[in-house]
This record gives sequence, structure tokens and C-alpha cells, in this order.
Amino acid sequence: MIRFDNVSKTYPKQNRPALRDVSLEIERGEFVFLVGSSGSGKSTFLRLLLREECASHGAVHVLGKDLAKLSNWKVPQMRRQLGTVFQDFRLLPNKTVGQNVAFALEVIGKPRGQIRKTVPEVLELVGLGGKEDRMPGELSGGEQQRVAIARAFVNRPMLLIADEPTGNLDPQTSVGIMKLLDRINRTGTTVVMATHDQQIVDQMRKRVMELEKGRLVRDQSRGVYGYQH
Amino acid sequence: MRAQFVLSEIGVGLRRNLTMTFAVIVSVALSLGLFGASLLMSDQVDTMKGYWYDKVNVSIFFCNKNDTSGANCAKGAATEQQKAEIKADLERLPIVQKPVLHESSDQAYKHYKEQFGDTPVAGLVTPDQLPESFRVKLKDPTKYEVIKSAFSERPGVQEVQDQRDTVEPLFNLLDGMRIAALCVMGLMLVVALLLIVNTVRVSAFSRRRETGIMRLVGASSFYIQMPFIMEAAIAGLIGAAFACVLIVGGKYALINNWLAEKIKVVDFIGWDAVVSVLPLILLIGLVMPAFAAFFALRKYLKV
Repeated sequence: MIRFDNVSKTYPKQNRPALRDVSLEIERGEFVFLVGSSGSGKSTFLRLLLREECASHGAVHVLGKDLAKLSNWKVPQMRRQLGTVFQDFRLLPNKTVGQNVAFALEVIGKPRGQIRKTVPEVLELVGLGGKEDRMPGELSGGEQQRVAIARAFVNRPMLLIADEPTGNLDPQTSVGIMKLLDRINRTGTTVVMATHDQQIVDQMRKRVMELEKGRLVRDQSRGVYGYQH
Repeated sequence: MRAQFVLSEIGVGLRRNLTMTFAVIVSVALSLGLFGASLLMSDQVDTMKGYWYDKVNVSIFFCNKNDTSGANCAKGAATEQQKAEIKADLERLPIVQKPVLHESSDQAYKHYKEQFGDTPVAGLVTPDQLPESFRVKLKDPTKYEVIKSAFSERPGVQEVQDQRDTVEPLFNLLDGMRIAALCVMGLMLVVALLLIVNTVRVSAFSRRRETGIMRLVGASSFYIQMPFIMEAAIAGLIGAAFACVLIVGGKYALINNWLAEKIKVVDFIGWDAVVSVLPLILLIGLVMPAFAAFFALRKYLKV
């Protein structure tokens, strides 16, 4: 599903690499936490997965493809097989919940009939059944994140990438979001989640990868958060 | 590609940048209007050249018994023999279109009367003050120098005059106006293009949320860029339509209603010439802003 072979990433005009010689493999259906302090390279790791950036050295394989060899015009096709969720939800404030989810399907040219059928289904799945016509501003943070997850999952991606999805939420709401992500994971979708939330990592007991100053310092199955910040 | 979705995006974009869109429309309209005007002006010059060059002659004026000012006129009026020789020599030249016309003093006086009929000047002139002349039509009007060098030194010839000299300043003026219009058009075009680039930049910035999400969910770059390009193309097309209105209105007001009534001797361009430039203007108005937007997007919109 995901394989990094001796991957390094140095941004232009910076001496210190953001990622240094990282090698790892993530199998289909895994749930992986990515932990590390700010500036440890978590965001760079996720950007490499999304091919927002290309590795400076080494090879990144996602969904069986070498991203360095993927031509630019094929990148959108690759991204359609990924779902992404962010700390700041990234919803369109002037569109309803249903329209936000439908937007993801519209822009990749899905037929209208299919959109009308799929959107309520996926909203039901994330626990927002019947709230299609609400505006994002009327919803709580947890509900907004559910909308974002619905949008990420509406294409039934093979891989869901979550960048601190609970970063703006209170602990109780976070638990709900994690339950949802766990449920999505059980459908066979691989989940990679960067987080600072110790409680969640310790509770879920999933595979934990820790980055420190760009190096992969720990890769532990059924791991814990494990460091103080 | 869902047309309805794209159209609604374009509508939102155009309305969001209403002032910028308006500026783009105005500058495109002005620059393309000037472009069309300069095209028509060169058409006009060509028409007039064709019309005038057909009519103008090289005139060889002979010495007159009352006027001995010419260098070759010391011996008084040109003799019949001199005239006959010159006529024979003229007709032998291959560049001269036969027949060579002879204008006597009386005929010259008649033409003079026609031109200045009612003015006080007309009374001051008598037939014998006006010189006799040959009116020579050239196959190639630019070969005037040949005639001049061959005949201006001949005895009995007062002056060789190219009538083109009298119409040429007008053509030069029109050409100058056309070039000035082209220069202003060039400037307006640069302004229009910069405005489009800036509009796209603002538009891309104000929609970065949407385009960011589009990118994440795997919309193709074509799909992401299309609304921006279409916006620029539509604004450009509206501008081009205004330019067409300006040109048609200009032709109607300036030529049909004003110049054509004031200046009867000039053959003005017709509607066919005007209609033939309109599609070109619409095409340029559509394509050029689209290209400008496309190149601006490469800089301001990450895809």
C-alpha cells in the first residue's frame, strides 16, 4: 500500500532535511498513527504521500505506484484513490453539508444521478443523516469534521490520510471521530493519521510511527504515544 | 465535465470580481476597437490609392508665351515641333499607357473654371495664362522619376509634375493615423493583458479554498483551471462585442453620416470591409484573454 525506500526530503533554501533516510512499509488495511513534535517531519511525510511534494532522494510508493515516475497529469487520478482530512476541516462555508460532499464528486465529473444517491448514504455512514441542507457554520466542530470525513470517504478511497483530525476538537468529540475512523478502517481502508493526541493513541493501541527531526525513530505495532511534549 | 457546474462557477467568479471584470471588458473593447479601426484605415488608404492612382497623371507643362519662368523657356512658347517630338517620345516609352492626352490652354481654362467656378480667383485667370500640357498615365505610378528625368530638360518643357505629389500627403497622414492607432492599441492591449493577469491572480486567491479542495479530491488541472480561463474568455468576448459596436457605430456616424456627405470625391470603405473585420476581432477577444489567463494560472494557481 505504502512503501518508503530511504526517503529524504530537503526543501529548497534549507540546510536541514525535513525527512532523513526514512524506510517503512504500510500494508493494506492498517491503521497507523504518525507522532512526533512539531517540525519532526509529519507534515512532509503526508505531503509526500499526496504527492504535493516529491522526495529528494529515495522512492515513495503509494497504491503500488512509484510517485516519482508518475507524470503530473496522472496525479489527479492517483489522488482520487486517496481521502484526506485536516485539522481545519476545509469545508466550503457557502455550500450546504450535502453540497460540500457532492463537490468532491462533481469536480471529478461523476454523473448527477450517482451523486444524488451516494451523498445521503455517506452522510448516514458518518452519523449526519438528515443534515444535508445545513450550512457548515451551523454545525459543531465534531460535526464539521464528520462532513470532511464524509467528503474524503465518498469516493471509497483505498487510503485515508488524516492530518491531526482531532486537533480542534474536545476529547469527547475526538473519541467519536476516532470511532468513525476506526469504522472506516474496518471496511478495509488504510488509515494514516498524524496526531498530537496522546490519549487517543494510547487508547486505540494501533501501529505507531514516531518521527524526530526527520528520522523514523520508532515503529511499533499496538504502540503508545510514548513521549512527553 | 459537467457544464452546469462549470457555468455556475464562472458566474460566481465574474460577479465576485465585478470591478476587475469591468476593467477588463473596457480595456479589451478599446484596444480591439482601435485594432479594428486601424485595419479599416489601411483598407481605406488602399481603396483611396486605387481610386486616385487611377485618376492621377504625370503632367508635362509646356512653356507659354506669357510665362517664361521655366529654365527651358527662354525662347518663348513651345513650338508645335517640340510638342510633336515629345509626344512621339512619350508614346515610345513602355511604361506609358497610351493614349497620351493633350490638354490645351482652353481646356485647362475650362477645368479651372469647373474647380473654382464661383470664387473671385476664377475671374483673374484667362485661357492664355494657363499652360498647355500632356497628361501621361503611367502603367506603374511609382515610375514617375523616369518621365521627369527624360523630359524636364527638354526645350519647351516648363515643368514635369507628378499629381501624386498632391495626394501623397493625405495618404501619409492617414498612414500616420493608422500607425498611431496601432501604437495606442498596443498599449491598451498590454493594459488589458496585465489586467487579466491581475484578475486571475485575485480570482485564484479568493478561490484558493475551492481549488485546494478540488486538488485534494483529484480534480484534473483542466477542470480546476477551466472556470478561470472561461471567465477571462467571456470577459474578453464581451469586450470584443463592445469593440464591434464601437466600430460599426463609428463607421455609421463618422463615414456614412459625416465624411461621405462632406467629401464627395473620396471613395469610402463600405460595410463589407467593416463586416469582414468583426469576426477577427471577436476571435482575438476570445482567444487572447484565455491565453493570458492560462499563463497567469501557471504562476498563481498550483495544480
